[in-house]
Amino acid sequence: MTQMETTVNPEREIRYRRKKKRKTFDEMTYHFMLLPGMVMLFIFSIVPMFGVVMAFQKFIPAKGIFGSKWAGLSNFTYMFQLPDAKQIFVNTLVIAVGKIVLGLIVPIVFALLLNEVRLKAFKSTIQTVVYLPHFMSWVVLGTMLTMIFSFDGMINNFLEFLGLERIMFLASNDWFRPLLIVTDTWKEFGYGTIVYLAALTAINPALYESAAMDGASRWKQTLNITLPGMFPTIILLGTLSLGNVLNAGFDQVFNLYNPLVYETGDIIDTFVYRMGLINMQYSFATAIGLMKSVISFVLIVISYRLASRYAGYRIF
Amino acid sequence: MIQSKSLGSRLSRLLIMFALILITFMSLAPIVNTIMVSVSSSTAVNAGRVYFFPVELNFSSYGQILNDTKFWRAFLISVERVVLGGAINMILTILMAYPLSRSVTQFRSRNTYMWIIVFTMLFSGGIVPWYMVISNLGLINSIWALVLPGAVPVFNVILLMNFFKGIPKELEEAAFIDGASPLKILLKIFIPISMPSLATITLFVIVGHWNNFFDGIILINDSSKIPLQTYLQRLSLTRDQMQNLSVEQLQQFNKISNTTLNSAKILVSMIPILLIYPFLQRYLIHGIVLGAVKE
Repeated sequence: MTQMETTVNPEREIRYRRKKKRKTFDEMTYHFMLLPGMVMLFIFSIVPMFGVVMAFQKFIPAKGIFGSKWAGLSNFTYMFQLPDAKQIFVNTLVIAVGKIVLGLIVPIVFALLLNEVRLKAFKSTIQTVVYLPHFMSWVVLGTMLTMIFSFDGMINNFLEFLGLERIMFLASNDWFRPLLIVTDTWKEFGYGTIVYLAALTAINPALYESAAMDGASRWKQTLNITLPGMFPTIILLGTLSLGNVLNAGFDQVFNLYNPLVYETGDIIDTFVYRMGLINMQYSFATAIGLMKSVISFVLIVISYRLASRYAGYRIF
Repeated sequence: MIQSKSLGSRLSRLLIMFALILITFMSLAPIVNTIMVSVSSSTAVNAGRVYFFPVELNFSSYGQILNDTKFWRAFLISVERVVLGGAINMILTILMAYPLSRSVTQFRSRNTYMWIIVFTMLFSGGIVPWYMVISNLGLINSIWALVLPGAVPVFNVILLMNFFKGIPKELEEAAFIDGASPLKILLKIFIPISMPSLATITLFVIVGHWNNFFDGIILINDSSKIPLQTYLQRLSLTRDQMQNLSVEQLQQFNKISNTTLNSAKILVSMIPILLIYPFLQRYLIHGIVLGAVKE
């Protein structure tokens, strides 16, 4: 008798149905909210993914993807035979790794230095100024840097003043890579500092006080409290940067390079751009691009796995 | 905080201050130099006499810009792009971040959407297929080519989604019991509460649209329709023409290009960013840390 009552309890049944109806309505709303964005992603991100079949074709634009002949892996074997391709791969790796390493060290050092400053106004002014370059485009910076590093530019005038030789920074294969690495670090270090400064504020001030009681100098405190306190963040950002090993920075290279430094400065992205959109070797460019995408994808997945395992990091 | 007042610690403090000021100066040096070049005479600039002070002060390059219709046309296209693209980016980001911030029990398809979105962020078909899709849609030479392909900034969606997730459940439940629809909850609770995050993302979006030069190069052939950064790129660095130049010719090329005028144009192009930056940058630290480290 009691069981019967609960199952046919009309009030409860109505409430349950209302709740279910409400839930379906809410879920429909969510689908509708996602619709416009998903349509855009579908058109501009997912449809182009199918275009990678061009990498396995001898693609002719007039015939389209469905009319072009299949080429198997010939685009890839051609890539491995081409001496340029090897050079470009090396360039990309060297430049990207250089940027990652310097781009990791400089913000750490800068955050440590800034942490020693007690004057709040001074500290925030410096911060605001140093992350300004992050907001400037590589077109603007490219023009400025070309001016400063040109043969008769400011840097060379200074070198001459010191009694040194003038250097063609932007046309020298010895200097181009270091120039890319240093200027990129210069642009981004202020911005990178933000995360480390946030990590520093999380360190318990009591640690410093007790260390000072024990007679530890500022330097000793930095070494034994601040640096270990930053360590998890350093590990995290270091791990995540693994995914960028093939991203040497298209915008920067594109705005600073010229044919004289292709040998050391040409990276995968700039090469794909020139092959694909200037020389119209669609299939070949797509093959190289695909290779980069796949390797990058694997690296990113690995780095996120490592980050979530060792630093407890999850993006969603 | 206990601080020792010994000579050594004072000296090191002084040294640190000095290093910081030097670094800050280095961050500003190229900008200051460009400003000085833009207000100096061409002859002084070409003689390499301009560093951090103006030489033979004159503002004629700014006067020239005022009458440069091509420059202003490109400027207006960039403004149009930022307004249109920024609005689309922000609306889509909010509309996507909210459903994705729901738990799976609230929204069953949530994880499916999430996987698709993250996949598009990590893997791409490459530039050639991307270009062909846009050209097949007939968007070449239209402002929509600059706005639509990047309509969903996936990274920002995830950033905002994470922020939405951090909003206390009680706020939402109260509204839910009062019978508020998801749209109402989004508009009346989530958006007002997330203003700092939204400000950060807006800054990212505006800067991104304003600074992008590359899509203007490949998607716009009509030089009267290019955005400002593309205009500046073509102006100062006509790299395609430099393909076969020798070192001497390159030097010559640098000499004849109008450095003073180009510097002034570059500086004018930075004005909108410099105007927006101070208003939004105070939210920046919060927003970036949120995106970088989530606990």
